[in-house]
Amino acid sequence: MLLIPCPHCGERPELEFRYAGEAHIARPADPSSTSDQEWAEYLYFRSNPKGLHIERWRHVSGCARFFNCVRDTVSDKILKTYPAGQPKPDLAVVLKEAGQ
Amino acid sequence: MRFSFLNLAKQALSAHRHWPEQWRFPEPKAEYDAIIIGAGGHGLGTAYYLAKEHGMRNIAVLEKGWLGGGNTGRNTTIIRSNYLWEESQGLYEHSVKLWENLSAELNYNVMYSPRGVMMLAHTVHDIQVFKRHVHANRLQGIDNEWLTPEQAKEFCPILNISSNMRYPILGAALQRRGGTARHDAVAWGYARAASAMGVDIIQNCEVKGIRRDLNGAVSGVETTKGFIGTKKIGVVAAGHTSVIMSMADVRMPLESYPLQALVSEPVKPIMPCVVMSNTIHAYMSQSDKGELVIGAGTDAYTSYSQTGGLHITTHTLDAICELFPNVRRLRMLRNWGGIVDVTPDRSPILSKTPVKGLYVNCGWGTGGFKATPGSANVFAHTIAKDEPHPINAAFTIDRFKTGRLIDEAAAAAVAH
Repeated sequence: MLLIPCPHCGERPELEFRYAGEAHIARPADPSSTSDQEWAEYLYFRSNPKGLHIERWRHVSGCARFFNCVRDTVSDKILKTYPAGQPKPDLAVVLKEAGQ
Repeated sequence: MRFSFLNLAKQALSAHRHWPEQWRFPEPKAEYDAIIIGAGGHGLGTAYYLAKEHGMRNIAVLEKGWLGGGNTGRNTTIIRSNYLWEESQGLYEHSVKLWENLSAELNYNVMYSPRGVMMLAHTVHDIQVFKRHVHANRLQGIDNEWLTPEQAKEFCPILNISSNMRYPILGAALQRRGGTARHDAVAWGYARAASAMGVDIIQNCEVKGIRRDLNGAVSGVETTKGFIGTKKIGVVAAGHTSVIMSMADVRMPLESYPLQALVSEPVKPIMPCVVMSNTIHAYMSQSDKGELVIGAGTDAYTSYSQTGGLHITTHTLDAICELFPNVRRLRMLRNWGGIVDVTPDRSPILSKTPVKGLYVNCGWGTGGFKATPGSANVFAHTIAKDEPHPINAAFTIDRFKTGRLIDEAAAAAVAH
């Protein structure tokens, strides 16, 4: 079980959270002019990396807020969490901060 | 050397010390007509059918680890074809029909055992969904029948059908032709038969890159054993499909999750069939060794770690103890995880790709083992003819763009 540092409540067990998929995927701003391919990309296509993954979690049994998380999908180690709305972090910087 | 009574008797005279190796261990050639990435059941099967049905013998199967060491050797070996949609029924039923004769065809005992797969209903919604499945299956000539709780207990005597459970059993859907097979034997049987026809199975050979020519078509693969040329690549890499496909700049509608299974200490035969419960999330059968084989769920998050959270397995064991009270004191011997590639509609992708010469067989999620022969058979056709077989024509990547999804989320082995 993961220990997840919620940016608002601190470190809590995974059972308090709900996973919400890859982060920083913006809904098309103008749906009526969005092509089928762009809709498919938005809805279904994911980067699914072996390595650092930026993902959303929701602290359903705590503050109930969404936040973003950088996790290594090989070791499941969490390198950084930050509130929703902040820009996508530079992964090279995140790695450096985590001392790797 | 064929397995036969005569050869068995001959080898017995020398105490079975002179059986030949079952497949060759070749070094890669400079070039092949086709390369399959991934030596699991689906990949080895694809090579077997390419050689046998399409005459393509100058082919290789590349494997990062050892053959059959991924999800083929990690699953709970359940076989069934009781899916909801016609496309899925066609694919999985094609597979069940191949299972029925597979041991004879491969001259290798894959221990296919059609002992019956029973799916339990615990809610009114379950009853409606499963009855819909029963009717949909029977319209397609696929066996599936509805059982009362008493009939379910008759079929599987250790089942608890009392009304004081948290989620009492209200009925069950039974596919009698469903069952299990020996997962390792499937990989070994296909490997042996393919190798005998000239297919090179190259283990410990990881693909590092996909090389393409000026027109964008594939021209070969970079591996830990050097460059190997080819015009056709079939990617059958399960949880690592996204990683391999990204080498050709193809994004996939996939996410990889850990899925766990566990086995108990071996006991005398107590369980004559496979029992599955989507709602309280447990499935169990008994292997010929006597171990109870138990499938747990996927973790919540994407991962390549091949381990899962302990709370996932304990959740499944809670359900198992409720369904089968007499196994409560059994100890669990082993627990392991595999990485499964899940599509948004929980149906697989067996398809050509935007890159010429690149084909992909993936997205089997939590239930690919049952489809091994059928998947391999139609995927070989897709690679050899450069067009899909009618059975897999609907299982394209394009369906996520056109919206013609094959939504089997409700029919999959686990509650999503």
